[in-house]
Amino acid sequence: MAVTAHTKLDAAKLRADFPIFEQEIRGKPLAYLDSAVSSHKPRQVLDKLRTFYETSYANVHRGVYTLSEIATAEYEGAREKVAQFVNAPDARELIFTHGATESLNLVAYAWGLDNLGPGDVVVVTELEHHSNFVPWQYIAKRNGATFAAIPLDEHGELRFDTLDEIALLGNVKVVANNLVSNALGTINPVERLAAWAHDQGAIMVVDAAQAAPHHPIDVQQLDCDFLAFSSHKMCGPTSVGALWGRASLLEAMAPFNLGGHMIRSVTLEETTWGQLPYKFEAGTQPIAEAVGFGAAVDYVTDVGIGAIEEHERELLVYALDRLADVPGFVGYGPPADRRAGIVSFNIDGIHPHDVAQVIDMDGVAIRAGHHCCQPLMSKLGVAATNRASFYLYTIPEEIDRLVAGLHKAHKLLGP
Amino acid sequence: MSEFDQLYREVILDHYKNPRGHGELEGADAHAEGQNPLCGDEVSIFVAFGDDGDTIDEVKFSGRGCAISQAATSMLTEMVQGRSATEVASLPRDELLDEIGIPLSPVRLKCALLGLSTLKLALHKAKGTPLPEEWAGASGDLDLK
Repeated sequence: MAVTAHTKLDAAKLRADFPIFEQEIRGKPLAYLDSAVSSHKPRQVLDKLRTFYETSYANVHRGVYTLSEIATAEYEGAREKVAQFVNAPDARELIFTHGATESLNLVAYAWGLDNLGPGDVVVVTELEHHSNFVPWQYIAKRNGATFAAIPLDEHGELRFDTLDEIALLGNVKVVANNLVSNALGTINPVERLAAWAHDQGAIMVVDAAQAAPHHPIDVQQLDCDFLAFSSHKMCGPTSVGALWGRASLLEAMAPFNLGGHMIRSVTLEETTWGQLPYKFEAGTQPIAEAVGFGAAVDYVTDVGIGAIEEHERELLVYALDRLADVPGFVGYGPPADRRAGIVSFNIDGIHPHDVAQVIDMDGVAIRAGHHCCQPLMSKLGVAATNRASFYLYTIPEEIDRLVAGLHKAHKLLGP
Repeated sequence: MSEFDQLYREVILDHYKNPRGHGELEGADAHAEGQNPLCGDEVSIFVAFGDDGDTIDEVKFSGRGCAISQAATSMLTEMVQGRSATEVASLPRDELLDEIGIPLSPVRLKCALLGLSTLKLALHKAKGTPLPEEWAGASGDLDLK
């Protein structure tokens, strides 16, 4: 990816945009180290949501009256922004969904049911979040296709040396992979995987839920066929996300949700489908949320994705350095230069749940569990890990408080 | 009392670090496994009955889990010793929770009750004692075998 010059971001200053940081947790300021699960929202997005509802809200595409036209312009304007955010060649290839999980289910069902059968192979990886694993496993099973997962090496990176073996299992029809692993922070070489997929005659589906908020995304450069991401992980509201897909594929696909607005004509005998993107946007969409998503794209773009990436890289290096001193610390994932701003770890002898509980008593929020990656946890030989993750508003003091909390947990609960 | 001391009372830490009844029973009269898929607690419960085939002689548990789940299960093994399977099958959860005696959020409640749910399932499988109403059919968020 091209590295362009950008101004360094000032996280302490940006933090002031986020009202949530005014909250105290158990009498202490909030140290939020769980942006991988969801991000907080700046005033700019919250204000846009409120203003939209107060001044411009109406159902879209349906009314002839002025308010509906204004709302439609806002909604479609948001679509343009989100499409540009991932460098989609055409905004009609950008479908608004309820989030990355729904986007991935859409492809699995609407493309998968008609394109997979016995002798076909569905390829995922051991790194996948359940949302890019379970739908494929289910559809493969339902249609009698083979389901395979590319294994990981000891750094938590994909083993490309196993691809030949996988190709022997049958006709590889789809390869699904996360650009960034939410559990380990691994950054996957999706372009390389897409090239292999296309060589096999397969489509490439990318789960960009963890990547889109933190790294530049270019669907044309990745040369993928579908890409899914969510608004709530990138400073936008919940309940809305996007699926980018190649027009030729989307047009050939069966619909997913059916009903109002995705039709051209409906008679007793037959119904015909509407054009893209509406073919995949049945019923009333999360209109205000989509507009909020657009505002989130504006915010994150203003801050600068490149600056965000660099900021998190610095925090990661700092965190790994400080965490190394915590007794019993076991880290998982690739080295800092090949990883996103995510640290998955265990403290030897203390269950992740207890670690997270003790940390919470000091107002620090981290995650404990399997991160919706049970196959990965199985591979690592653990039931669960703790995870700290960073974003544009994360400051080093939060990492310091995490480290202090871990030392305390070790003292109180360690073996 | 500090927050830590409220949740991780000395008695909890004691049971966590020195769990009673930890281990497995070969040839157990009753056995079941339980998991809390939300966070990765796992427990295996083994029960040995006395000569009358009904009094609980010994309960052992193995598996990995958080301090709350381990401590609660350890306390449970002591609580049920010498009691009848029928009685324990309908042991009110409050009795265990009172014994644990700490404030528990809904999430941690599941940790605390995992051992009890799994024990009741073991008894159900071995002796047909009823499963509590709340688990009839579905076992909620717990994965019990």
